[in-house]
Amino acid sequence: MSHSQVQGETSPRVHYLNTSYGIKSWLLTTDHKRIALLYLASITLMFFVGGFFAVLIRLHLIEPQGALLEPETYNKMFTMHGIIMIFFFLIPSIPAVLGNFLVPLMIGARDLAFPRINLLSWYIYVVGSVFTLVAIVTGGVDTGWTFYAPYSSVYSSTHVIVTALGVFITGFSSILTGLNFVVTIHKMRAPGMTWFRLPLFVWAMYATSMIQILGTPVLAITIVLLGLERLLHVGIFTPALGGDPLLFQHMFWFYSHPAVYIMILPGMGVESELVTCFSKKRIFGYGFVAFSSVAIAVLSFLVWGHHMFVSGQSVYAGLIFSVLSFLVAIPSAIKVFNWTATMYKGSISYQAPMLYAMGFIGLFTMGGLTGLFLASLATDVHLNSTYFIVAHFHYIMVGSAVMAYLGGIHFWWPKMTGRLYPDGWARFAALIIFVGFNLTFFPQFLLGYLGMPRRYAFYPPEFQVLNVMSSAGASILAVGYAIPLVYLIWSMRYGPIADSNPWGAKGLEWETPSPPPTENFEVTPVVTEEAYNYPTQEVAVV
Amino acid sequence: MSQHVVPKRVYFLVFASLIALTLLTTGVAFIDLGRINTVVALAIAVCKMLLVILFFMHVRYSSGLTKIVIVAAFFWLAILIALSLSDYLTRGWTPAPATWESSSSMLLHNPPSGETDLEVA
Amino acid sequence: MSERTLALAHQFEDLGQQHEAGSLGMWVFLVTEIMFFGGLFAAYTIYRALYLQAFEVGSHHLDVRFGALNTAVLITSSLTMALAVHAAQTGNRRQLITCLILTMLLGALFIAIKLIFEWGYDYREHLVPGINFVFEGKVTPHVELFFLFYFFMTGMHALHMLIGLGIMTYLVLQARRGRFTPEYYSPVEVSGLYWHFVDIVWIFLFPLLYLIGGRY
Repeated sequence: MSHSQVQGETSPRVHYLNTSYGIKSWLLTTDHKRIALLYLASITLMFFVGGFFAVLIRLHLIEPQGALLEPETYNKMFTMHGIIMIFFFLIPSIPAVLGNFLVPLMIGARDLAFPRINLLSWYIYVVGSVFTLVAIVTGGVDTGWTFYAPYSSVYSSTHVIVTALGVFITGFSSILTGLNFVVTIHKMRAPGMTWFRLPLFVWAMYATSMIQILGTPVLAITIVLLGLERLLHVGIFTPALGGDPLLFQHMFWFYSHPAVYIMILPGMGVESELVTCFSKKRIFGYGFVAFSSVAIAVLSFLVWGHHMFVSGQSVYAGLIFSVLSFLVAIPSAIKVFNWTATMYKGSISYQAPMLYAMGFIGLFTMGGLTGLFLASLATDVHLNSTYFIVAHFHYIMVGSAVMAYLGGIHFWWPKMTGRLYPDGWARFAALIIFVGFNLTFFPQFLLGYLGMPRRYAFYPPEFQVLNVMSSAGASILAVGYAIPLVYLIWSMRYGPIADSNPWGAKGLEWETPSPPPTENFEVTPVVTEEAYNYPTQEVAVV
Repeated sequence: MSQHVVPKRVYFLVFASLIALTLLTTGVAFIDLGRINTVVALAIAVCKMLLVILFFMHVRYSSGLTKIVIVAAFFWLAILIALSLSDYLTRGWTPAPATWESSSSMLLHNPPSGETDLEVA
Repeated sequence: MSERTLALAHQFEDLGQQHEAGSLGMWVFLVTEIMFFGGLFAAYTIYRALYLQAFEVGSHHLDVRFGALNTAVLITSSLTMALAVHAAQTGNRRQLITCLILTMLLGALFIAIKLIFEWGYDYREHLVPGINFVFEGKVTPHVELFFLFYFFMTGMHALHMLIGLGIMTYLVLQARRGRFTPEYYSPVEVSGLYWHFVDIVWIFLFPLLYLIGGRY
């Protein structure tokens, strides 16, 4: 990994960070790279807000009767934790930060198709966040992030409408980002950049955008109907007034299941990039990985009823959803196989991004396999609404998605900032996160299997040991997350200067300086080679 | 999408067809065809929609990508409706324990007339 | 010539690419609108399947004549919008502005008819859920559900029309400044797509809300 001064320059090079100064140049920017950094700042803030609620939850659960909070307050904690982490951190994270930054670079374009809509997208996100934060500080919500009616529309006395409005508004940010990516990828690829030469990260962004476009509007209308019911006391979802609570669940999960794929597909895209670079090897089965991304996006819309197996949904519908849920696991498994096969006989190096990537494979496999337990109707009856579910989705959303996000942030950090971060500290933090994560969430599989319900402020005393283990793990995890915050910020000022390709990776983004100029490329690149065109092992690797 | 200029004549023809279909669908509603009424009304609506899409919105002269995008939207909407209905239409298939009302009749039960058209098994 | 170079945004290679991107962007946006309204249609379909009789009772309180008239008004506005795009494509500025204004007038007429003759009437008849709904008859909760969907679906549709009127105001102002040429008329075209979409939503709302259960 080389770091050298840019040669032959007597004055500092102009790039997207220093081309203009002042707060207006940032708040009114249309440069996709600056907008990516605006998102980075906002979602980092929201991550720590959501994390704060997680800390309170784990502190409370040290004791069977609850150590910290009133039950009503506890209900608000897990609600706010879920809402913030899902809508304000995970869903935007990789697409809005890494996607915004990298998609134009990876396809050889100067910017996204609609730069002003991109900026609007960020402002919409900020407005939505403000609504939700206001709801939090004025009393919060206790319905669970799933807002089930009729509790949320009739019986809860908390700030449902303001919070739901925040989520509604932020949904448009997601939609517009997806729209921008789809049009950009279709219409703005550089000469020679055919679909099958695209980096797999771009395929993943495309698939994610499909979901954002097709699913989010249904969440929007569901939230509006919920708000109407709460405001006007009419019976859309309330049985007493003629409505069906399950209709809310159908409409809610029609979006919210695909939403979990919005959260993981980008991570899979990052994973493909990391595994090839740090194995110095072409991805195994490019076509399979590319099509799997799209297959996941399509199949994700067919399985939502698996969240409703015990809700009163027809058993026959449950059967259909169960079968489809097993089907959706297949493309994910294909990807895991392909990443592993890529590493096989590769020339592996163990910098921090690769540590995150390897952690991803293992933890995603565990999370994914436990999903099959839940897709099976009979076992789901036992496991539903227990900590097994909590563990399952945290293995995917934290153990996989967040680790992929961190891996990607570290991998592209030199490109975004022109600086190298200290890899020793980064590897240390990655290990702490891995250990802390497993200690936090593995016990929860056991707790769930043993029958501990989720969203309860207290539990039977025999579950205390596992709960304490989980809380201990959470404290380690928190330390692990704090460390990168410190050294990444430090590196922006004091890190060694990075050249255009410190990792020796393939991809158009590495063929332009670090940080890139505002227009990305001096000359529009012409693509002549396949993706990940690493030399094969017979040829000596320089 | 297309830079193709559609002759005004086509627009006026489409307009006339749309008005005619509107009169047709309104008129048919006054004739008793039982359940077919709904089918006819929806079929006419689909025809009108196709005329608007193909000619007013130029899709007849547009790229394959545009057509795929439109088909995808309706396909996804069909998924939402079909899979949701798969729940509602099959709820009554499960026999209830003897002392319970079935879940569907609990939902649909309205004292005293029970005027739903949904079949309860 | 300078108008042409002014019209090209920096991220695009040429006006053709920009035009295609703009059109695809609007189509993708319409996909989101199809799913948005579609969610409403799905909920309506389900409740209609469950409570057909109540929905028929509710539907009979709507006036088919105004519904049909409004349908005709909207179809005509789609015609004038298509003619507006045609005018932009052929560089006919006066026709472009005239057709845009006609479209707006027809849109305003639609909303006026709805407000005065339909919603106004429903309000006086105490048929507005959440505000003054009173209905004598044994199917009351589900009839209220029908009216909720009626007001919400037509209201959401009307909101989209108002937005469309705003967009067209902007287009008229731009057209008067000579902004649109046969080389650059993409905003007119994509606004046309939006307007036709709003028309299509009504094409489905009319039979579903006004004509179900028949009028025989």
